[in-house]
Amino acid sequence: MNPARRLAAALGALALVLAAVVVLALFVGSARLSPGAVVAALTGRADADSVAAVVTLSLRLPRIAVAALAGGALAVAGVAFQALTRNPLAEPSVLGVSAGAAFGVVLAQIFGLGLTLLAALGLAAFAFAGALVAAGGVYLIAAAGTGLSIQTLLLAGVIVGIFFSSAITVLISIVDFNRLGGVIHWLLGNLAPIPPAALLVFTVLAAAGFWLVLGQARELNLLALGEEAAVQLGVDAERLKLRIFGGAALLTASAVAFAGPIGFVGLIVPHLLRGALGHDNRVLVPSALVGGAAFLLLADTLARNVIAPAELSVGVITSLCGAPFFVYLLRTRYRALP
Amino acid sequence: MSVRVELREVEFGYAEAQKGADAPGRRARPFHLAPLSLTIEPGEILGVIGPNSAGKTTLIRLLTRVVRPTAGEILIDDHALASFPGARLAREVAVVPQELPHAFPFTVEQLVLMGRYPHDPARYFESERDLTIARAAMTATGVLELAALPLDELSGGERQRAVLARALAQEPRLLVLDEPTAHLDLRYQAECVGLLRRVNRERRMTILLVAHDLNLAAEVCDRLLLLSAGRIAALGAPEDVLDEAQLRNVYGCEVVVDKNPAGARPRVQVAWPDA
Repeated sequence: MNPARRLAAALGALALVLAAVVVLALFVGSARLSPGAVVAALTGRADADSVAAVVTLSLRLPRIAVAALAGGALAVAGVAFQALTRNPLAEPSVLGVSAGAAFGVVLAQIFGLGLTLLAALGLAAFAFAGALVAAGGVYLIAAAGTGLSIQTLLLAGVIVGIFFSSAITVLISIVDFNRLGGVIHWLLGNLAPIPPAALLVFTVLAAAGFWLVLGQARELNLLALGEEAAVQLGVDAERLKLRIFGGAALLTASAVAFAGPIGFVGLIVPHLLRGALGHDNRVLVPSALVGGAAFLLLADTLARNVIAPAELSVGVITSLCGAPFFVYLLRTRYRALP
Repeated sequence: MSVRVELREVEFGYAEAQKGADAPGRRARPFHLAPLSLTIEPGEILGVIGPNSAGKTTLIRLLTRVVRPTAGEILIDDHALASFPGARLAREVAVVPQELPHAFPFTVEQLVLMGRYPHDPARYFESERDLTIARAAMTATGVLELAALPLDELSGGERQRAVLARALAQEPRLLVLDEPTAHLDLRYQAECVGLLRRVNRERRMTILLVAHDLNLAAEVCDRLLLLSAGRIAALGAPEDVLDEAQLRNVYGCEVVVDKNPAGARPRVQVAWPDA
């Protein structure tokens, strides 16, 4: 099938899945609203102070938006990091980039940055800086070894991840706990509704990161042939790497800042899509945006309901799925890779 | 279609051991390419031979501007290579690399279509015309029926032909091959030689063939360039370059040169030393 039609078909199918998951997330929850009450709230016919209106419009809807945005951003970041490192197992949490961004966020919270418009921008800036430092660290450690082999890169990611997780623990230990509010909750990868201003910042930053990656999707295919081969085909490799590095870091940072360091989304979603759609980044990048949104929203809906009225962290669910999936990929499909 | 490439006093060197992974041109030891002057004539097949680290790969990298000369200049039809935008250069010179990374198994058709990138880098998907050209290239190298297969399911010979099709789809005027038969068995070596001759004749493509295999080079090439430690040791017809004394000097081992009964081109054999 030609790639344009393949992309259209994939986007159509994934949009249907996403729509179904959105409906599920709207109608199911521990508040046990009747479908009629939810519809009434959505169409503005319910009393603004009623439980149905508050739960639907102030809790479920914003949370759906956060989950979908974060899932899309993390999945696209996964595709981008995989193409950039030419390592099919790379992804923000495996590479330690999420941990770097999380460290930035905790630091920002210590400085009192919250979720108003300006503070949200500051929060994202700290997360972005943390993501860049972590990704740079991974690159330096891996480059010190013999080339960027798959194992070296993964090992470097694990090391950087452990380092930043420990640094976060240090920060939490020395700072007055009350000032950090829900930080533990957030660190576990727990989605919570965020104010409209923060949601706006989140959307803009994720869109910018997505645009940076999408604009170079064709070049990312060529990069898979090796950097030298890409240059010989006319790709400006330095500019390409910088844009993808920046785009992937921005996507990771925005997701971590507003949704938390949720692991493995960037591994699970791209690989499910690779199996169905192949490895063309021009098809994968847009599909990962929609597929990632549907995946994380579904995971979050599960997290909200499996042990209701209590809640599981969505990060726990993605990690419980992601870790075995990672081992599966490592032992089967990528066994033979150097 | 044919192109003339001229190297004028081209120099290149690494002062000391290079560091940094993935840096193009990484090398373990200091290396210097002496001022090198050379013309690749339109329509010819020029073979580049020489021992390891003689400068063969560096020559490819200079021609494709993966590295730039420290002195001198390279001209393509009298235009300075240094001033070409990347995509323009990729429309002039295509490289068939030694091996293909396989972290992401693209299909044969996807790989071949990548050769169309330099013709319109701004497009997101390739055009119908790109697809037609890619199909023609796949037909030329006999991989059209493999178009939908992922590269990791191909044999070594099939993969090599897919890569060659990608280079043909690039529609270059100079085709550079880096050890095209290195991992191929005899049958695929023969196929590869036939293919190169056909491309050279039918598409009037100038070919630069870097080869470890002296007999392959002697068989296919109009002229041979023998490099030794970054210098030209000999340049000329295969019969003149493949001289016993000369090869002994450059490779540092005893060789016997006679004529291949099939075709009467020179044939080189190592005189294996006793224990």
